[in-house]
Amino acid sequence: MSGIIYRISGSVVTANGVENANMYNVVRVGSAGLIGEIIKLNGDSAIVQVYEDTTGLRPGEPVENTNTQLSVLLGPGLIGSIFDGIQRPLDKIKAQSGDFITKGVNVEPLDTKRKWHFSPKAKKGDRVMAGGIIGEVDETSLINHKVMVPVGINGVVENIYTDDLTINDTVAEIKKADGSIVEVKLSQRWPVRSPRPVKSKLPPEIPLITGQRVIDTLFPVAKGGTAAVPGPFGSGKTVIQHQLSKWSDSEIVVYVGCGERGNEMTEILSTFPELQDPKSGKPLMDRTVLIANTSNMPVAAREASIYTGITIAEFYRDMGYSVALMADSTSRWAEALREISGRLEEMPGEEGYPAYLGRRVAEFYERAGRVEVLSGKIGSVTAIGAVSPPGGDTSEPVSQNTLRVTRVFWALDASLANARHFPSINWLNSYSLYGDELSKWYQENVGKDWPSIQKAVMAILQKEAEINDVVQLVGYDALPENEKMTLDIAKVIREDYLQQSAFDDVDTYTSMKKQYMMLKAVMQLSEAEASAVQRGVLVSDMQEIEAKQKIARMKYVKEADIEKYYKDIEGAISKIGSMKVRSE
Amino acid sequence: MSDIYYKSVKQITNVLLFVDGVKDAAYNEMVDIVLDDGRTITGQVLDTRDGLAIIQSFGETTGTNTSTTSVKLRGETAKIAVSREMLGRIFNGIGKPRDGGNPIYSDKMLDITGSAINPYSREEPSEFIQTGISSIDAMNTLVRGQKLPIFSASGMPHNKIAAQIARQAKILGESEEFAVVFGGIGINSEEANFFRREFESTGALSRAVMFLNLSSEPSMERIILPRLALTTAEYLAYEEDMHVLVILTDMTNYCEALREISAAREEVPGRRGYPGYMYTDLSSIYERAGKIKGRKGSITQIPILTMPGDDITHPIPDLTGYITEGQMVVSRELYRRGVYPNIDVLLSLSRLMNQGIGKGRTREDHRGVADQLFASYARGKELRNLIEIVGEEALSDNDRKYLHFADTYESKFLNQDYYEDRSIETTLALGWELLSDLPKVEMKRLKDEYIQKYGKWGSGSSAIEPKDAKSGKAEKKEKQGNTEKK
Repeated sequence: MSGIIYRISGSVVTANGVENANMYNVVRVGSAGLIGEIIKLNGDSAIVQVYEDTTGLRPGEPVENTNTQLSVLLGPGLIGSIFDGIQRPLDKIKAQSGDFITKGVNVEPLDTKRKWHFSPKAKKGDRVMAGGIIGEVDETSLINHKVMVPVGINGVVENIYTDDLTINDTVAEIKKADGSIVEVKLSQRWPVRSPRPVKSKLPPEIPLITGQRVIDTLFPVAKGGTAAVPGPFGSGKTVIQHQLSKWSDSEIVVYVGCGERGNEMTEILSTFPELQDPKSGKPLMDRTVLIANTSNMPVAAREASIYTGITIAEFYRDMGYSVALMADSTSRWAEALREISGRLEEMPGEEGYPAYLGRRVAEFYERAGRVEVLSGKIGSVTAIGAVSPPGGDTSEPVSQNTLRVTRVFWALDASLANARHFPSINWLNSYSLYGDELSKWYQENVGKDWPSIQKAVMAILQKEAEINDVVQLVGYDALPENEKMTLDIAKVIREDYLQQSAFDDVDTYTSMKKQYMMLKAVMQLSEAEASAVQRGVLVSDMQEIEAKQKIARMKYVKEADIEKYYKDIEGAISKIGSMKVRSE
Repeated sequence: MSDIYYKSVKQITNVLLFVDGVKDAAYNEMVDIVLDDGRTITGQVLDTRDGLAIIQSFGETTGTNTSTTSVKLRGETAKIAVSREMLGRIFNGIGKPRDGGNPIYSDKMLDITGSAINPYSREEPSEFIQTGISSIDAMNTLVRGQKLPIFSASGMPHNKIAAQIARQAKILGESEEFAVVFGGIGINSEEANFFRREFESTGALSRAVMFLNLSSEPSMERIILPRLALTTAEYLAYEEDMHVLVILTDMTNYCEALREISAAREEVPGRRGYPGYMYTDLSSIYERAGKIKGRKGSITQIPILTMPGDDITHPIPDLTGYITEGQMVVSRELYRRGVYPNIDVLLSLSRLMNQGIGKGRTREDHRGVADQLFASYARGKELRNLIEIVGEEALSDNDRKYLHFADTYESKFLNQDYYEDRSIETTLALGWELLSDLPKVEMKRLKDEYIQKYGKWGSGSSAIEPKDAKSGKAEKKEKQGNTEKK
């Protein structure tokens, strides 16, 4: 017995008489078979959120319960794919329905025909636990896909195969304690709204190295950490997210384009296969999963896309990988929540958002973390969410609820963006709460003096802001020479270090070693200028010195040449010591 | 399908009709509302349930009543007949001819809501459109398939800018079929006439399709109009292989209409009374720009909106900016200084610029020149604020040069004639010329090789050289640059 549609209002459909209606069951709506999810039950009525456009749907059409929850199919073939918000591959949708996305398309998330070579890592008679690795598949040139025992299954391997298998084939049979035998397939399903279980959460102590100087130096995020990137339009949120997906040293990147521009997803699709992973030199697409639910695609699927993304991220984390999840933009996701909540005629909280917005945001970010997974390996999911506050004003509910739960805040600044200072991360308003936890790693892997250099840089930038307040009142010429010098060095830090072009072949990525050398050079310049000023040299005479010009070009110096270049700069800086004092 | 006329209208507000006893009205289905006097108003189903349909009327509900007014379901969602014959024609907000001609008959009926382009099928826009306007071409480049709105304000010459773009826009070295689809949303008749005359005088009218809803006409038609325009554009682009430029003005009127319906439906409002789903709704218009792999045509959109109270954080420009690939912001300050086109390049942005410029597209030094102009102009403007407090005397020599640069940049580079069509070479050469008034060492955004090749500083310290020698040298350099280009 199928249910009958009673009412249609936008993406929300009310159906009567749906059999076995349980909360969050997936249903097929109407004769076109649109995908929907039950989000409210009221007596015999099921209120369904439909993931496709409901135009043309009529009361009286049938509603079928699939008796499953909204879930994703997890298995080899995920990497390199591009899905919509409910894990339908866009290339298959294209093959079926053409260049425009039509309704009721029913496609398999993963290729069911492709054969993968399965190499077992367990043998008959082995005792295996949920999450344990029983075999491997080479998924891409970069990713070795671990086949895990599904959650909830413990027992003894009865049979295990070594063969070329499809995702629907059985790789092993496991005999449970009660004597029943369970077939383990090459793929498994997991409901998107439930976090995948882990053994324990670990403290974040390793930074996610992004190659972006302002982030790595001043506001680092830890592997397994959470970061928010709020900013008005045009401030470069998306460029930052793209840069992190390209250059961050996580092993896998899941990029969720949530309610954003279609052309941006196209840009990723056309550039990533050509770009190389900085570590391995392999194509970036070989470590990337894309989820694209653009702004004009159905709003309910946008709500689901974030969960689809993080579930896939958790799956690879469980194999022991470090995964970075980019969500651009969580504001669009929150707006989808608001729209659906409005259609349900729920009592609104702030600015029309549902009262449970804060809880949902917190639940999402809580799924990030560096963890010991069930198999005992260590994996991490780093969640980086863009926020698009209306008018760039972060006092609105989505920004505020996000800032409460994330530990890194990269405040994008419209005035910096307008002056084309990119990345436009404001160094005074941003923060990272991982500084202390990560400083040990930086000391061991970058340089003993890294934390002190980092503090000195921040101090100069703070001081600059204070001095600039004074300049507004009295003018630059009235400043004492040592303050002029501070402004001078701060300008070098801002323009020659913090500014970084995402579109320059060399400047787009800076290794920690190069960052360290660049900062060392700046600090040496600062010391040399300070002692020159003490001797009586005027700051205005140090404007066009060789050392400064060299530092300005340092960002364009290739990684391989950086040590030699650094020596050159040291030489140039030493000349400051012999600068003559201008006679009165 | 059915020929049933429902006479069971229970309740009427200024834009909504509640009809009882309707069994199977489809969501978004079109209806005809028939009045006593035989007048018919078009409407659409907004909410449907077993026994009740809520209908939004696209015309004035004056004269409707709950006793004799009847409603007929058309059995289909909103569609428009499209054909090549539409070129040169003018239609109203619901697609009926307003130029006295015959309606369009065609087998090709397209759903006006359209479907989302599969991101996988999209082709990355990368063809530079030369508009002949320096502030756009050099600083915020428009590319084919982009959606780049003009954020304007009341009393600003945004219509002139849009008309100039429509007149001058071309792809270098190509001559393909080009069409303009114009959507006038709630504009006054003078504005409508301006565009019409403009298209007539340039001969563009024969390859233009105009949809007009004047400010005196039903506001609900404004919801439909942009969708008619875009459906027509999609047909011309993807089936007739044309490159279509869509101009929609004024999107602010569209949003006002959206708010009106939302209020009538008693929905929970978002910011400033606009509905919470306005972002999604606007995206279903703006996202209908782009290029599709394997198809020849393209849709480039230039929506125009007026920012209420010049406020860029107002929900209309704000949500638009989050969807479109950049924005051109019109500045009142530049307007007062007599600069036309008064586009504030610092607040403006083209997100697809990098794909459209550089070697093989415009010129290798384009990015660097643009960045250097941005940075130098930003500094000059900053200093302008500073001297109001401390006076020009307090500035260093260097700073004074920047201050001067900001002035000449506005008067020579941004400012141009309504009929002046500058090639990208001219624009870039002008940029180098202006930059050469600044110290060469400060040109941090420019690569050395380009400074060598295109720079106009001369070899030594140019300040010592006599003036004539300097300019002679500069000319020579320019010629060299041009020949190398060829």
